[in-house]
Amino acid sequence: MNSPIPFARPQGVPRSASPDAPAAPKMSIRHLDFHYGAFHALKDVSLDVGEKRVTAFIGPSGCGKSTLLRVLNRMYSLYPGQRATGEVLFNGNDLLGPGVDLNLLRAKVGMVFQKPTPFPMSIRDNVAFGVSLYERLSPREMNERVEWALTKAALWGEVKDKLGQSGMALSGGQQQRLCIARAVAVQPEVVLFDEPTSALDPISTAKIEELIAELKSDYTIAIVTHNMQQAARVSDYTAYMYLGELVEFGETDEVFLKPRRKKTEDYITGRFG
Amino acid sequence: MSEHTIRQFDADMEAVRTGVLTMGGLVEAQLARAIGVLENDAAEGLIDQVGADERQINRMQIQIDQQCSQIIAKRQPAAGDLRMVLTIVKITNDLERIGDEVKKVAYKATSAEDDRLVQVRFYDVVRAAGLAQRMLRMALDAFARLDLAAAAEIVDSDDELDAAFGGILRQLISYMMEDPRTISASLEIVFMAKSIERIGDHAKNIAEAVVQAVKGTDVRHATAAEIRAEVAGP
Repeated sequence: MNSPIPFARPQGVPRSASPDAPAAPKMSIRHLDFHYGAFHALKDVSLDVGEKRVTAFIGPSGCGKSTLLRVLNRMYSLYPGQRATGEVLFNGNDLLGPGVDLNLLRAKVGMVFQKPTPFPMSIRDNVAFGVSLYERLSPREMNERVEWALTKAALWGEVKDKLGQSGMALSGGQQQRLCIARAVAVQPEVVLFDEPTSALDPISTAKIEELIAELKSDYTIAIVTHNMQQAARVSDYTAYMYLGELVEFGETDEVFLKPRRKKTEDYITGRFG
Repeated sequence: MSEHTIRQFDADMEAVRTGVLTMGGLVEAQLARAIGVLENDAAEGLIDQVGADERQINRMQIQIDQQCSQIIAKRQPAAGDLRMVLTIVKITNDLERIGDEVKKVAYKATSAEDDRLVQVRFYDVVRAAGLAQRMLRMALDAFARLDLAAAAEIVDSDDELDAAFGGILRQLISYMMEDPRTISASLEIVFMAKSIERIGDHAKNIAEAVVQAVKGTDVRHATAAEIRAEVAGP
């Protein structure tokens, strides 16, 4: 195994950036190790997640990419026996440190899961519920926020006449966009996507990918995906992970055309295992 | 490189690679026949064969391009595989263009000529054609073996071929100035020499495409020294 890349940080300008702006880091992961009990799931991972960029994590099952995502909003803290060491700087503060308000952190770092997980409540309440935990809004302001979030999630046109209906009654793709609306409604800074389209048909997948491209003008996005072409399509930076180590991290344009490491090349060209 | 998890992908890639080598062999044979025509006026059968070769080369280009389109559509090749498929499409294009140039040379060689020009045609043009032939063989070998060292050498040879073309041109210009009656026949030879010079350019393109496939670096328009430096790098 090659030694992990120290402070891997992509050079140059990604395809969608304004020409003068390589991404400033929104999150800086430094020497991150993660254990599930005795199992060492992440080994000395260091990389920067660029602000208002899409960073994709790829790698075979068990490589640690979802684990890494779950560290970024401390989702793992819900489970005993799971621990992370190292540093994850978010707006300059170590989010692994003690005294971090996890609820506030998760409002700042939203997450969208593999399977759409709407709450068993109306479409409107699905979006409003999270907001009401953090902000005190008048009914009018709340309605505006719900419309804004649903519009951001490209769902408003399809549901505006049935906001009172159950969120569970929507199609799978619509449910996933509802979950995205729910995540952006609390106005986070970072949105984490954990295989957001693996349960969706190609058209819904395309809509989500389109949405990710639009969301990145306002949010920093990290996405875990098994679909390599999806990583190639939606991301500015790609990290390839294997057995808990960061093997390669660089601009997506570079990684998919001319990866620096043979392990990465083997994986993305389908020569793995 | 190791095998793909999907073995059919390996078979598909091997099929297009083999196709390019077969097509390249055909173009080499066609060029050899055209040189035969240059050296021997009474080679009617050879000229027909050169034309038939050209049609066969065109068919192979279409077939290989279709296979490459299928690979892109079905397998979504990435990284080295993607570069190889793109390279193959470029190479078949260059080989097809070489086929066209070779046909032009063979057909022009049938034109009646002034005796004074015979020396130019039988000596200088044939010599230039030999250079082009050597470059084509080197380029195809470079592709077959993914041999990067050949690329820089081919760029050097291309300079030599360009110089040979310049020499032929100067010689013919003096004939034409001396005796305007030779203009028509001289121009025929200029066109032949130009076609041969173009064959060298296409061979150079092929060698550069091999560097791109293997290293992922675009060395078109680079000097031989720059290519040597790139090939020697990591």
